[in-house]
Amino acid sequence: MKTMLKTTAAALALTVGATAAAAEEKVVLYHWFEYMPQELLDKFTAETGIKVTMDTFDSNEAMLASLKAGAIGTYDLSVPGDYMVAILKNQGMLDTIADGELKNKANISDQWLDVDFDPGRMHSIPYQWGSTSFSVNRDDYQGDIQSTDILFNPPEELKGRINVLDSQADVLAMASLHLGIPQCTNDREQLKALNALVQGAKENWTSFNSDTAKEVLVSGDVSAGMIWNGFSAKARAEGANVEYAYPEQGMLVWMDNIVLLKDAPNRENALKFLDFMLEPENVAALTNWTQYSAGVDGVSDHLDEALRTSPENNPPAGVSTAFIQVCDEQTQAVYDTIWTNLKK
Amino acid sequence: MAAGAASGGSATTDTYKEARNWLLLPSWAVLGIFVLAPVCMMLVYSFLTKEFRGGVIWEPSLAAYDQFFFDRGLFGDEPAKIEWTYITIFWRSIWQAGAATLLSLVIGFPTAYFIATRPERVRPFWVFLITIPYWVNLLIRTVSMKFLLRDQGPLNDFLIGTGLIDSPIHIVNTNFAVQLGLFYSYLPFMVLPIYAAVERYNFSLSEAAADLYAPKWVTLRRIVLPAIKPGVIAGCILVFVPSMGSFLAPDLLGGAKNFMIGSLIEEQFKGNAGNWPFGAAASMILLTMVLIILLIFARQQSKAENGGS
Repeated sequence: MKTMLKTTAAALALTVGATAAAAEEKVVLYHWFEYMPQELLDKFTAETGIKVTMDTFDSNEAMLASLKAGAIGTYDLSVPGDYMVAILKNQGMLDTIADGELKNKANISDQWLDVDFDPGRMHSIPYQWGSTSFSVNRDDYQGDIQSTDILFNPPEELKGRINVLDSQADVLAMASLHLGIPQCTNDREQLKALNALVQGAKENWTSFNSDTAKEVLVSGDVSAGMIWNGFSAKARAEGANVEYAYPEQGMLVWMDNIVLLKDAPNRENALKFLDFMLEPENVAALTNWTQYSAGVDGVSDHLDEALRTSPENNPPAGVSTAFIQVCDEQTQAVYDTIWTNLKK
Repeated sequence: MAAGAASGGSATTDTYKEARNWLLLPSWAVLGIFVLAPVCMMLVYSFLTKEFRGGVIWEPSLAAYDQFFFDRGLFGDEPAKIEWTYITIFWRSIWQAGAATLLSLVIGFPTAYFIATRPERVRPFWVFLITIPYWVNLLIRTVSMKFLLRDQGPLNDFLIGTGLIDSPIHIVNTNFAVQLGLFYSYLPFMVLPIYAAVERYNFSLSEAAADLYAPKWVTLRRIVLPAIKPGVIAGCILVFVPSMGSFLAPDLLGGAKNFMIGSLIEEQFKGNAGNWPFGAAASMILLTMVLIILLIFARQQSKAENGGS
């Protein structure tokens, strides 16, 4: 909901900005909701004189749809998640960053340089990374929470008090971890089991909310909810007695990345912004605000102590992790049917 | 120029007609650009082939309509059966919108009647009061509704405080919450047309009925209601139609657990499905249904008018 407000405001700002300051230097960013502190944008403007215009989206798929519907060419930069970088690249929507165009490229951590979704970082730089699991309100439930049973086979206390993310990719990937089957499997029996699992679990879920995933935990509307680690840390900071789970079946990890879009109207300024977002100090400010983790070296010195030691950012050893995978067309069609069946 | 000729007394019927056509041009342009063109685009898209992850391939296809009406199992290779999924979703939307319309009518009718029977001087003030909440964005109103209704919200606090209930009533994330949200979103669309109709109603007819010993209930049913029926029908249509396509209330108040038509269509464009032709086809089917409902209303109304005169 905040999302929509922000989108509207941003759209307004975009129109006003476009007419009033045609000559002014600017960069246009298409970004997630609630994912960029205004102070950082102000700092960029103060350092470079380039104004940042930001429009927001609430899911990777919504962004893709909007770019496909003709928004490509109006934005310079966007912030897709890992698998969406691969999709955008396959769709030919990304511009290539040539060698030497980014002076701070060396700051990218080795771990995040040669990633599957963008080998050699030809189109993107790391933004933030984190994990997707679930959190449980410890006032409401004291038992063991380190299992995906909490979502798919919940104890009596949690039945009907669970929120899941309103995202097909996250829910079905998590369900695959629960079943111990590969993501995007094309095995019929496994797909049937996946369908049956989510169908059966739904009666224990009270809502599918992504943008209010934190809020419903803080307000006590639900006792457990699928959530991103940074959002869970924020929920705890806002006074909810929630614990972020590291399920034995594994959890999802993701990385959001800033990409240079094809036909960027302000390409030079966009490159300056990318360099700005590779400065450890700036990335640290961002990380302190989002409560996730950075993909850039030299950040940890600038991090808040609380964040460095937070339980949400320090998984116990041995937790297995998986990125969400991009399904082929055939499996995706089955996934779509499962999702529609689930919500019919 | 043409308009000037028409108003100069010597104009023939032909120049008058020509002037009228020219003057109507802006309206036709607006209708053409903002109504006809998008609908045609939708119609064309619904008969195209879907492109993986959104977009269309320019090859004619009936796949979207096939998907809507036939169920071929999880893997799409079983013999076709009738698809109940989308019928269920459409039926749910009709039912929810119908309930919201009924609720609006039950609350809206007395409200409109009350306003229309106040002294003429203060009526604008009452109408003004009705519209105040609607200066606020629909999204904010819907979210506020959720805050009011939630388990720890003021409504439940109040009910528990007065001792009427012991534990909170779960309203948020139920169908009832969606109906309540739709009702609240579109209430003025019910009140205002009914108000306009009641205001035009000649109350001396009620007095005459009373003079002829008609009980109040009979007067309402046989004199007042037929006279203001167009207002009531207009109100019902204005609430029902946008409720059918709504996705804010189902998402925010219903917990997005079950698709309504609006959210189903949204998912085809913004969600993982990325199936534009199917989204267009579902929109066309929705549009057709609404048109049929409107035509039925319109025919009934014209029948009633012809019978009356």
